[in-house]
Amino acid sequence: MRRSSLFICLIAVLTAVLAALFVHAGVLRSGGRLALSEQAEMVRQYGLTDLCIFTEARYTRHPSQADLHTAFQDHPLSLEHFPSGSLLPPPQPLKEHYGPRD
Amino acid sequence: MGLVIERQRNILDFALSSLARRKGKNIALVLVYAVLVLLLASVMFFTHALRKQAVLVLQDAPAMVIQRMAAGRHDLIPGRYADAIRGVRGVSGVRGRLWGYYFDPVVSANYTLLVPEQTAPDPGTIVIGEGVSRARAAFPGDILPIRGYDGQLVYLTISAVFPSSSELVSSDLMLLTEQDYRRLFNLPAGLYTDIVLDVRNSREVPTVAAKIVKLLPDTRPITRSEVLRTYDSIFDWRSGIVVVILSAALLAFVIFAWDKASGLSAEEKKEIGVLKAIGWETADVLWLKFWEGTIISLTAFLAGTALAYVHVFLTPAALFEPVLKGWSTLYPRFRLIPEIDPYQVATLFFLTVVPYTVATVIPSWRAATIDPDAVMRS
Repeated sequence: MRRSSLFICLIAVLTAVLAALFVHAGVLRSGGRLALSEQAEMVRQYGLTDLCIFTEARYTRHPSQADLHTAFQDHPLSLEHFPSGSLLPPPQPLKEHYGPRD
Repeated sequence: MGLVIERQRNILDFALSSLARRKGKNIALVLVYAVLVLLLASVMFFTHALRKQAVLVLQDAPAMVIQRMAAGRHDLIPGRYADAIRGVRGVSGVRGRLWGYYFDPVVSANYTLLVPEQTAPDPGTIVIGEGVSRARAAFPGDILPIRGYDGQLVYLTISAVFPSSSELVSSDLMLLTEQDYRRLFNLPAGLYTDIVLDVRNSREVPTVAAKIVKLLPDTRPITRSEVLRTYDSIFDWRSGIVVVILSAALLAFVIFAWDKASGLSAEEKKEIGVLKAIGWETADVLWLKFWEGTIISLTAFLAGTALAYVHVFLTPAALFEPVLKGWSTLYPRFRLIPEIDPYQVATLFFLTVVPYTVATVIPSWRAATIDPDAVMRS
């Protein structure tokens, strides 16, 4: 068998695998709608505001509700030290406000 | 047409033979390349899926949360604030919310305690999330002691555990009654953690927020759109330490690939000279180098992308888990629903396959345009 035929077969197989994974994603997505709607219902029922991803600190557990100076926690020299803080950009409300803050 | 295809296949055969002569080096290159694509694609898949899921799940979050600020910090808000907010035109469904945190010294984990407005459990009982159940090995019917403000243990019976399918929002959650909550934290009646409200016309939300700040200057409104935008930006794959680390890896690979692809060795230059001397045209040499670049980059791209899908959606994203876990004792186990953006895959393709192929072709073009005699003698 020619080397080029083997290579074309390899690329065809890899492309087919990738295409199959895309189809798999579609199947899982339709199956996951129920779980999503359950979660959305909990959010509506309990008035939740944040996803439970990082439970290590207040401002990582509820980033959307975080204080404006959360990176410093409880006093000015208490510097941010939680690893997940490196993943989180400043909370959105920090960038916008509806009135003077001073 | 058949002739063109046959010609390209012959060049492809030659390119594969040429790569096979430096088998070890090229296999190592494909592996490193594929791992890099795996990392980049994993970050893209993970963050896109999480962002999409956050938007879908949090679209029913409260329209606005009003916090009271004292000395720059979130403070308890008196019930009379709710009465004042009810008077703002366009506002409806104003209610005080009770929620907070409890650090469990037994397992060194933080829980979120919440008093639900509807469907509250019976007094003396709690509903817990799957993560809490796992951490404490506690199940319905068990009694969970919680240390109150005065150091006394309050014994609460677990009435139910949230299903594991909802862990992304409920893993560390504990639902309890208002009286149990106030008893635990010695919270006087009439004080709440914050106030939530609905706004009849969603376009009026910013106006209502501005009116509330004017009416109650020590408050801070957080709107639903801000919550959603927070999540939209939290896992922006361009931000954070993951990308810094990945950028370093990417830069190292770029240097490696550039050196490999662009710095033609004397042997490769001689090979081009011989090919031209035996009658290959410049275009054929360029096709040869194009195929060499494509074989490596396309194989690495396809393998890396497929592996990234398996890593993120079919396994618990083991490579990211240590970073995402951080110091959390209680880490939710959730399986992301696959959301793949074709635009992102196309971007990844153009960022990985195209530059490498171009970096292979350009220096060869320089060598291929020089007189073969000069190339072989140099």
